[in-house]
Amino acid sequence: MSTVEIKNLHKSFGSLEVLRGIDFTVESGQVVCVIGPSGSGKSTLLRCVNLLEQPTSGTVVVDGVDLTDPDVDIDAARRHIGMVFQQFNLFPHLTVRRNVTVAQERVLKRRKDECDRVARENLEKVGLIEKIDAYPPQLSGGQQQRVAIARALAMNPSLMLFDEPTSALDPELVGDVLSVMRQLAEDGMTMLVVTHEMGFAREVADRVVFMDGGVIVEDGPPEQVIADPRHERTREFLSRVLHPGV
Amino acid sequence: MSVVTEHQAPSPAEPRKGLSPRKKQRISRVVQYAVLVVVFVVLVALADWKAIGESFLNLEVAGKGLPDLFTVALRNTVIYTLSGFALGFVAGLVLALMRLSSVAPYRWLSVIYIEIFRGLPILLIFLMIGSLPLAFPGFELPGGVYGSAALGLGVVSAAYMAENFRAGIQAVPKGQMEAARSLGMPHMRAMITIIIPQAIRIVLPPLTNQLVMLLKDSSLVLILGVTAAQVELAKFGNDQSSTYANPTPILVTGLTYLLITIPLGYVARRLEARQGAGR
Repeated sequence: MSTVEIKNLHKSFGSLEVLRGIDFTVESGQVVCVIGPSGSGKSTLLRCVNLLEQPTSGTVVVDGVDLTDPDVDIDAARRHIGMVFQQFNLFPHLTVRRNVTVAQERVLKRRKDECDRVARENLEKVGLIEKIDAYPPQLSGGQQQRVAIARALAMNPSLMLFDEPTSALDPELVGDVLSVMRQLAEDGMTMLVVTHEMGFAREVADRVVFMDGGVIVEDGPPEQVIADPRHERTREFLSRVLHPGV
Repeated sequence: MSVVTEHQAPSPAEPRKGLSPRKKQRISRVVQYAVLVVVFVVLVALADWKAIGESFLNLEVAGKGLPDLFTVALRNTVIYTLSGFALGFVAGLVLALMRLSSVAPYRWLSVIYIEIFRGLPILLIFLMIGSLPLAFPGFELPGGVYGSAALGLGVVSAAYMAENFRAGIQAVPKGQMEAARSLGMPHMRAMITIIIPQAIRIVLPPLTNQLVMLLKDSSLVLILGVTAAQVELAKFGNDQSSTYANPTPILVTGLTYLLITIPLGYVARRLEARQGAGR
């Protein structure tokens, strides 16, 4: 069974149609990178997967549950879909520990010591256990993003969504976040990543999806989409991204 | 000299007509100081210092207000203020959530409430509360004057605080709600755990100012008809001043208000400055 199955997805903001009929799937354990120019609808697509954006039409099935069905408990479904944002969105009034435990406690109703154990385990994984009692504003952007990843992982998601996770970071901080994501991919996590990091996409992704103008233009293994794109639009985009200033 | 020179400003070194701006500024400053000194000297010369000392700085009369000034009057002022603030805080938060509700009638009700109670003088509210038993015979607010005072100050401050809270909630970045929802928190849970605590931090400075306003407005409780044990600062000062036929107690009362309002104002400014630095 596919982890994500999207059929004929449309999304409009007012009269602006951002997604115009998207069909695609993510198999369990796959890492799929979505690339494309800004305004192509890739972030909107990602946000439709956990229904942060309500699709205008079409179906979004995650783990066999159709999230667009009004009878579905969307809060229950979101527990298994981790999301990492461009702007980190850590809770600035809570410590790192509390950031990682608050949803476990309030949503999953885990026992306090269990929450703490899971928090430590995941902070260990992203290499920030020593920051457990710090507040987010005391951390660098890269550290905040790694805490955000730990926060999402603490819910034991079956799918992780990344919305341009390194775009807001200073260049020298990007590497730490990418290496955490690489480790996650190696551990077999199903990941859907909107990114501009072509190197990451080429090395880590099982599939690369190129979007433009609200549709999927090209979908295939990275060695094909990035190294040998079939479509003119893909080629144009890649030449601009890979050789800026030429 | 080239052709360009005609567009250039006159060089600062060139002689000019009249006084330079800096000289004018200096003269203006000297004049301002002179006016200040003259006004001060005239006031000092004209005032009847002996009478002022007896009427306003009469320590003997001031001493007669102790310890009731603090143990009764100030205590009651603080009780009225804090109970009104507590009621206004809770009701204001509820009104703010209604104001932001997706259910339109809740928004309307909240707007209507806010518009009405921001537009009415507290004095009038107290008069209305006083006449509530006429509308509901046998009705009595719990707590007597204390209940009425809390209600009057609470319903008005709720309207102001609702606007503060609304602004505070809207000032919390949208990503905070999205992050909370993406972790599976229902909307209300996210509001209570994530959004409102941050909103309260944001509105701490205006809420502190609100507290200062309430402290001053609590003086209007006297309109409810209070007993000697329920008296607050302003009425206490006024009563003492009539009793001893001397305005000193009014001055003392004023100083007592300032004893609280000035530090509170300072706290509000500090909170504001800290917030400005933290962003």
